[in-house]
Amino acid sequence: MDFSLTDEQRMLQDTVERLVQDQYGFEQRRGYMQAEGGFTREMWNQFAELGLLGVPFAEELGGFGGGPVETMLVMEAFGKGLVLEPYVASVVTTGQLIADAGSDAQKSAVLEPLVSGELILAFAHGEPDNRYSNTQVATRAERSGSGYTLHGHKTVVLHGDSADRLVVSARTSGDTGDASGVSLFLVDAGAPGVSVQGYATIDGLHAAEVRLDGVQVGEDALVGAEGGAVPLIELTQDRGAFAVCAEAVGAMSVACDLTLDYLKQRKQFGVPIGSFQSVQHRMVEMRMELEQSRSATYKAAAKLDSDDPAARRRAVSIAKYQVGKGGRFVSEQSIQLHGGIGMTEEYNLSHFAKRIAMIDNQFGDADAHMDRFSEQMEVPAAG
Amino acid sequence: MDINFTPEEEAFRQEVRDFLREKLPAHMSDKVLNHKHLSKDDLVGWQKILYDKGWAAPGWPKKYGGPGWTPVQKHIFDEETALAGAPPLLPFGLAMVAPVIMNFGTEEQKERFLPRILSADDWWCQGYSEPGAGSDLASLKTRAERQGENYIVNGQKTWTTLGQYADWIFCLVRTDPDAKKQEGISFLLIDMNSPGITVRPIITLDGGHEVNEVFFDNVQVPVDNLVGEENKGWTYAKFLLGHERSGIAGVGRGKMELQRLKQIAAAERKNGKPLIDDPLFRSRVAQIEMELEALEMTDLRVIAAVQQGQSPGPEASMLKIKGTEIRQEIYHLVRQAVGPRALPFQPQALHGDTDDAVAPDYALSAAPTYFNNRKLTIFGGSNEIQKNIIAKMILGL
Repeated sequence: MDFSLTDEQRMLQDTVERLVQDQYGFEQRRGYMQAEGGFTREMWNQFAELGLLGVPFAEELGGFGGGPVETMLVMEAFGKGLVLEPYVASVVTTGQLIADAGSDAQKSAVLEPLVSGELILAFAHGEPDNRYSNTQVATRAERSGSGYTLHGHKTVVLHGDSADRLVVSARTSGDTGDASGVSLFLVDAGAPGVSVQGYATIDGLHAAEVRLDGVQVGEDALVGAEGGAVPLIELTQDRGAFAVCAEAVGAMSVACDLTLDYLKQRKQFGVPIGSFQSVQHRMVEMRMELEQSRSATYKAAAKLDSDDPAARRRAVSIAKYQVGKGGRFVSEQSIQLHGGIGMTEEYNLSHFAKRIAMIDNQFGDADAHMDRFSEQMEVPAAG
Repeated sequence: MDINFTPEEEAFRQEVRDFLREKLPAHMSDKVLNHKHLSKDDLVGWQKILYDKGWAAPGWPKKYGGPGWTPVQKHIFDEETALAGAPPLLPFGLAMVAPVIMNFGTEEQKERFLPRILSADDWWCQGYSEPGAGSDLASLKTRAERQGENYIVNGQKTWTTLGQYADWIFCLVRTDPDAKKQEGISFLLIDMNSPGITVRPIITLDGGHEVNEVFFDNVQVPVDNLVGEENKGWTYAKFLLGHERSGIAGVGRGKMELQRLKQIAAAERKNGKPLIDDPLFRSRVAQIEMELEALEMTDLRVIAAVQQGQSPGPEASMLKIKGTEIRQEIYHLVRQAVGPRALPFQPQALHGDTDDAVAPDYALSAAPTYFNNRKLTIFGGSNEIQKNIIAKMILGL
């Protein structure tokens, strides 16, 4: 048992933390947000130059050959700066999905330009009635000629408005909710019949509604086996959940630090408000939620690539549940302890509070993960 | 970063398991797993079994007869013994007075006391709290006045756990009433058979007799029984607070109680079906399991830091708070699981007399266990005091 990092990991962590420290100040971030899609290509290209876009990919694909710990280090540092770029959408979820399940042609078409920063991917799975389900897919893919025709509406597709290519889940057979019959397709975002309506999200990122109206794709667009995509979707969503847990740990640590500084500086009744015991205990509870969230995220890192999907599900659900619950506490109480200033748009705390809270609404909230954990929880015989 | 145990550590775990399978008496684990009354013979008997193996004092260095385990080995031992339903090793001798004697006692004191603590021939209790000194321990009033080669001790200690069985008590006493309150305190070892000592039981809300009041009326204590220097007792008490706090999270015990909760919820019925299949109840169990598992990782992070020579420090306060909150929630859920059958109060059944028992052991013990364990967030520095410690030591507030 060893929680220390390798030299290589520490270098990666230093690189990303320095980038965030130097180039992701509050005012700088505000500037980046004005760019089309809510982030700048200059920053994205820097990520590419630093090798960050290749972190999870094998070296022969131009990557860094990193595992979950490397992704965790990158995401935690990103969380400290509320990084805007489509790293989770493009690299962590969709990119790894293609690396795992894509055909050789798909990999060579997509991964090299992804790692070099020229191509952005997004995962178009969510639907208006889908909530956090892996199987509630109403979008349909009908056989036509040698390919498929896609019809459906994908909602809140993270960074869908910047994506050059989308991986779309669609039903090739069965009914909405069936565990089989869902397939994945690699679709060009500019293909006829694809319409993309981008927008900002309340936490400063971007997402899109993607409508598919008779989109024609060839057989070679299929990612993985026809009808067998649910396990892949689940793995992809788990990777996303894990990544935003690490991001939340970074953001929660900043929210805690900002709040602690404020408690030491802000004076009322002639003394720092941090001298009041009710306030001290609240701050302690925030730190405890942060540490519990960090611990649960470590555990998820250890199990994310497990050969046993049940072990992965279990650990990811513990982390996302803890981050959902603990993150909500840190978000709300950091605003509360700041008082009125915590409510303002012009002070950085509110932006951390928003992102931490909204992470619960991505990749399954605390209740959704409690449900999944509960379903597969081991129960001994009656005693 | 590797959260797995090494092959050597896993082999050690197997060794502990094999030992428990062979040597832990079934009548002891039955009592522990069903929350029945543990007698003095059980507690002493289990320590003697461990003593024969050389495992009675997991935290002691080899030179005093401990196994010299690493923090990780100690963690594994704690977890496996808890899961198997072994009686607890009482901390008062092994983990509290012994480290003080090792670090601050004379050679004579070490030779006189440590071997008998290790072999469970002496039973120790703790004389810290007083009626007027709880969380504000330094305001204690019990006086020790020097007369020739003796101290004369007068006063009262309270909440003395299992003092009814004790051969010895280690006490914080006031030797200089004029000094500032932390500065006039000394650390004294007192023979419980001394004339002038009276032990009176305190019956707690679960009907149990665990704690006592101990009265001192002109009790003569030889000055040889002073540990360290006179008026430096507060330093030793603080040393104790920072010592032996690994295991404070009680993760092994929590896992055992969680397993038991699930077994009970599988046996109990709701609308003809196992309670554990009721979505609402099941989700409560799931939540506590997830929180326990996150705590286990926090615990392992602290243990790994200790293993690398860092001091556990105030982080242990966090483990105490979360660990006790989780345990209390489990006991609450057990009480809820047994429904109205939590109501019958039949303490005799928990002492082994089950002739008139109207419900299974697990139901009859549910409410007493729940009430008894309200103590968890009060003792060892209440959880509010732990938060004060974190606020001051970690956050600098």
